Amino acid sequence: MTTAREIARRVNDGASAVEELERSLAVITERNAELNVFLHVDEEGAYAAAEAVDRAVAAGQNAGALAGVPVALKDNMCTRGVPTTCSSKILEGWRPPYNATVVDRLLAAGAVPVGKTNLDEFAMGSSTENSAFGPTRNPLDPARVPGGSSGGSAAAVAAGMTPLSLGSDTGGSIRQPAALCGIVGVKPTYGSVSRYGLIAFASSLDQIGPFAVTVEDAAVLLEVISGHDPLDSTSLPEPAFSLLSSLESGVAGKRVGLVRELVAGSDEDVERAVARAADVLKEAGATLVEMSIPELTLGLSAYYLIAPAEASSNLARYDGVRYGLRIDADDVASMNEATRTAGFGPEVKRRIMLGTYALSAGYFDAYYGQALKVRTQMIAAFSRAYADVDFLLGATTPSVAFEFGTKTKDPMAMYLNDVFTIPTNLSGDAAISVPFGTGEANLPVGVQLLGPGRSEPTLFAAARVLEKAEGR
Amino acid sequence: MALPEGWEMVVGLEVHTELKTATKLFCGCENAFGSEPNSRVCPVCLGLPGSLPVLNERAVELAMAIGIALHCTIAPSTFHRKNYFYPDMPKDYQISQYDLPINARGYLDLPDGSRVTIERAHLEEDTGKTTHLGGSGRIHGADRSLVDYNRSGVPLVEIVSGPDIRTPEQARAYAAELRGILIATGASDGRMEEGSMRIDANVSVRKSGDPFGTRCEIKNLNSLRSLTRAIEYEALRQIDVIEDGGTIRQETRHWDEVAGETSTMRTKEEAEDYRYFLEPDLVELAPEQAWQDRVRDGLGPMPAARRATLAALLSDPQPAQLDAIEVVVDLSLDDYVHAAHEAGADVAIALARAANEIAANIDGRANLTPSAFSHTVLMEQRGELSATQAKTVLGDLLTSGGDPVAIAAARGFEQLSADSLADTVATLIVENPDEWQRYREGDDKLAQFFIGLVMKATRGQANGKAVIAELQQRR
Amino acid sequence: MSASLTREDVAKVAALARLRLSDEELDLYTEQLSKVLQHADDMQQLDLTGVAPTAHPFGLINVVREDVVRPSLSQADVLAAAPDAEDGRFAVPRIVGEAP
Ligand SMILES: [Mg+2]
Ligand SMILES: [Zn+2]
Repeated sequence: MTTAREIARRVNDGASAVEELERSLAVITERNAELNVFLHVDEEGAYAAAEAVDRAVAAGQNAGALAGVPVALKDNMCTRGVPTTCSSKILEGWRPPYNATVVDRLLAAGAVPVGKTNLDEFAMGSSTENSAFGPTRNPLDPARVPGGSSGGSAAAVAAGMTPLSLGSDTGGSIRQPAALCGIVGVKPTYGSVSRYGLIAFASSLDQIGPFAVTVEDAAVLLEVISGHDPLDSTSLPEPAFSLLSSLESGVAGKRVGLVRELVAGSDEDVERAVARAADVLKEAGATLVEMSIPELTLGLSAYYLIAPAEASSNLARYDGVRYGLRIDADDVASMNEATRTAGFGPEVKRRIMLGTYALSAGYFDAYYGQALKVRTQMIAAFSRAYADVDFLLGATTPSVAFEFGTKTKDPMAMYLNDVFTIPTNLSGDAAISVPFGTGEANLPVGVQLLGPGRSEPTLFAAARVLEKAEGR
Repeated sequence: MALPEGWEMVVGLEVHTELKTATKLFCGCENAFGSEPNSRVCPVCLGLPGSLPVLNERAVELAMAIGIALHCTIAPSTFHRKNYFYPDMPKDYQISQYDLPINARGYLDLPDGSRVTIERAHLEEDTGKTTHLGGSGRIHGADRSLVDYNRSGVPLVEIVSGPDIRTPEQARAYAAELRGILIATGASDGRMEEGSMRIDANVSVRKSGDPFGTRCEIKNLNSLRSLTRAIEYEALRQIDVIEDGGTIRQETRHWDEVAGETSTMRTKEEAEDYRYFLEPDLVELAPEQAWQDRVRDGLGPMPAARRATLAALLSDPQPAQLDAIEVVVDLSLDDYVHAAHEAGADVAIALARAANEIAANIDGRANLTPSAFSHTVLMEQRGELSATQAKTVLGDLLTSGGDPVAIAAARGFEQLSADSLADTVATLIVENPDEWQRYREGDDKLAQFFIGLVMKATRGQANGKAVIAELQQRR
Repeated sequence: MSASLTREDVAKVAALARLRLSDEELDLYTEQLSKVLQHADDMQQLDLTGVAPTAHPFGLINVVREDVVRPSLSQADVLAAAPDAEDGRFAVPRIVGEAP
């Protein structure tokens, strides 16, 4: 498949963005029925964007770093006039009157948003099985999940439908599906990418990030969408990342922490991949430091109280009054209840109730309050680690892609999928998942590189080292 | 008002005031009263999925101004979410300050010398407005409601007093003084009737010297009159209950203005579990000293200081003049009085004219310059206008502006010439010999008799002082 | 504090969250939520007195915007998605009880 960099180069040189779009739409047409990746393909908007790029190039302008590159958007990002559902019945048919900041930035960079991809309802899940509109299938093995919650966006890139896509990562929702679909996925530093227009799951954890086939493509996309946004109070006062310039700078002289807790409990093939990645980094001049960060094992418990607590409040607004689904009833409270009962799926209800409980009178201190203290401990533990090493290495997920239905009965079994990714969301730091070899059933394995806030240039350069070792 | 012997009421007030900003608290929608429903609404104040709040700098400054005027400590503060479902609240949570308010621990001194402590004055967002259809138009009995979100997200400061108020009169004085401060800081227009200032009252009673009793909260008192009536009613109700051997339940009560009574709205058991937690979409607010100082330096004097300044212009202020000063400060008419004083006019006359004539047509203030006001007062003082004429000239100035001399001329308010006045007085003396004789013998009261005759004869064009001068000259 | 979530707790929480549960759902959610809370027991055992809570990853302060008017949506855009509207306003069934 042609990379995004290549497409942008040739479109800026005069190749037709409309033709690039048509190639993308052809793959979508061919495979979407089977894989259920796109919930909505916005042909009209995509053609308009592609034509605008072609006109700009014809007028002699540089059409941007992503000129004519088709991009898929997770369906929890607001697109003006284009259905945005969060894969929930409660928002079915809703068309936002505004664009998310990332969407405006994509358009400004010449990208062509082609449509909205499937996800676990309100981004709650790790397999995209929790979508109200049916699961997405893993393009590498349609009997298996693509991971989640950004399963649709990961599958779009893995299936060659679009060279790039955006996902959101609250507890691993970009990195985990990237690993299971064999592509690159990035959870940027909290506050680096605007959340304005990203439909909130857990506001203090959510972060939008790129999916791409190559590290370089992921870098271009992150450069385009990052940088301060005055519409998001939690947006860091920093400019957009500069990643391409240091992409080939390698890892020589870097100290890498090989963290026991970020591999523990993984399948053997995953452990092997991580060990091999360590060897590659060492070969490239890095110093390996074996370390243990016991606090990381508490991440899961803290996360499954903090995220639902915030979600219970973020999802209160779906009450049938202003937009989305309404189930009629005699009085407004009964209408709210009937609407929410019919509109939310079981996982969303589970988390809303869990979060409501954690925040309620009498339990706040023991659950939510305690979780915030654990979060403090975790941040301190990461800081201690980063005082010693430049970045950390571990697995992204404990296993390769699993089959449908294997983890849906027991929520805890599903939650355990995110054990390696969650700590970075709690700390707000950066992490990237890179495909590195294969495991069971010849399915891809992802390894994870984790660094302190704003360490993206270092992480991308290290990811590039691993990618090169894989012959890409 | 008197409570039964031995009883005392304990009252604390929560005053919500809308801030006079250009935009709402967390979005750029215009903050304006009265417009097409749902026309001042955006993704943020409509709580659309994906929208995020960004704090209005001016709202923070006005909140600090209020805090400074109330002698509060400005402290590092945070925003919380107060979670409850209600259709006028688009996110189904209110963003408000909780355990760390921007202003903490201050006080307000009242004109009677008493001090009411301020526990906190914090920032929060207002809700939308509901209209009830069917039934009586009240919430009860309505069959459906309509919601307008223009007010949603309008900045509010909630000022919470300590339980220091002991009488309805003191409650009224507190609310009135606070209103003056809100206006003086520029934070609010203080218009209670338009809902830009709303009061909740926490009322309990006790036998003097006993610990505090159980309190009831009376919601949404929208005028000073409602405030005093509701507090009085509630205290008497609680005393009745206790004297009948009952106990007071902690609850929220509604004030019915027409019936003149309070009734149960919600008991403590029915109270919401608000699940407060830190608003993750906003960051800490910790105004640095320099920012606080800028706000402090921009503040003019507060009402108490302004009253003192005006009173100091009088050598021996009389009660009626102190009342006039209160009106003048309350309506922010100080500039007129000070201008008149600087122009050499009599402060007593200026105060009376401001507290009566300007106050009677307060909206006409825009037409009346301080210099036109001063000039009119001086004309009256010099005898060029009678009091009646001066009032008429001021009325004209308030209605349509202009120059007082020209208005007086156009109205035909040429003062009687000295000759003409002398002739009139001479004639009247001849016509009323008995009264003139008594006046000459020292009965000063008869001066008023002659003034009245002169006024009648000249259709009010004479100046009272000039008449007295003429009489004395002939005595 | 060990997790011992009862059926009544779940019913109470569902009501707070405006969700209606059938009897079977009540049983199922009680069991599932208990499991998650049991997992959180590891955290409950820690003595974290004196540790400050962290609600935000990074400690930004004083993020404000200028008090400058920006265009609002049109009334038509505001009401476009309304399930029910009347007279330029959102229409809802009767409200029982005043706002808190
Ligand atoms: Mg309040
Ligand atoms: Zn707005």
